[in-house]
Amino acid sequence: MKETTVPAPTEKNVPDTREETRTLKPPVDIFETDTGLVVVADLPGVDKDSIEVDVEKNILTLKACPAQNLKDDFLRQEYQLQPFFRQFQLSERVDQAGISAEMKYGVLSIHLPKVKEQQPRKIDVTVAQ
Amino acid sequence: MTNFFWEPFQQLQAIRNEMERVFDEYNPTKRGYTRSAFLPSLGARRYPLVNIREDSDKIYVEALAPGLNPDSIEVSVLRDQLRLSGEKAPISPDIKADAWHRNERGAGRFVREITLPAEVDGDQVTAEYKNGLLLLTLAKHAEAKARQISVQVS
Repeated sequence: MKETTVPAPTEKNVPDTREETRTLKPPVDIFETDTGLVVVADLPGVDKDSIEVDVEKNILTLKACPAQNLKDDFLRQEYQLQPFFRQFQLSERVDQAGISAEMKYGVLSIHLPKVKEQQPRKIDVTVAQ
Repeated sequence: MTNFFWEPFQQLQAIRNEMERVFDEYNPTKRGYTRSAFLPSLGARRYPLVNIREDSDKIYVEALAPGLNPDSIEVSVLRDQLRLSGEKAPISPDIKADAWHRNERGAGRFVREITLPAEVDGDQVTAEYKNGLLLLTLAKHAEAKARQISVQVS
């Protein structure tokens, strides 16, 4: 699965890179199952209501806005959370209506089912006697 | 791309900012939350990353630890030593090797010891795990608190 490193162009004549806001790229696991793809992303500090997942023109876009409990005045600061953003180019057609996502302990799992024709079909071979 | 020709200086500045950002990625003190956290030997002792804050009678520690099994999290305190341990479980062991497209999230057991800025009272520690962030609130030990001394005027 190809990753699109620059945001997909949305409008004509608008440069599609040189973004003004900085974003973090969440680490992901992507694997295939018989019925589709599963994308698992670490999104610490993200509440389920601030996640946006969408598939448009075969591009999966993942956006999320994390919130930290401690904001400023650090004695020691090892990380700084920023909006998460990542895009992937999907190679197979995805059944958009069947996409589901769940969030647990800061980990987002997205299930992208393949459209029916793309799913492997098992063909029984009968032996003619 | 028409803008590029019409606003060359603005675009050059944008390229410069972008390059600075790229170099920042290689600066370990500035590097944000990256995947090296679970690489053996390199980052194992730096997991989870923490932010620490204190006020006059409490110390707050927030740790970046998504996907932990809440039952596995152990927090212990001795004087000014805080010890965090737990396990980030791998998703599923029975995924075939050729089914993976990407495997970037690490998994494993971790232990991290942190020296706090003051001694804390082990009985007054609260820990909350929410949205992949572990927030600890530790009350400072009575002797470690700053005391206000009133000045007598004779």
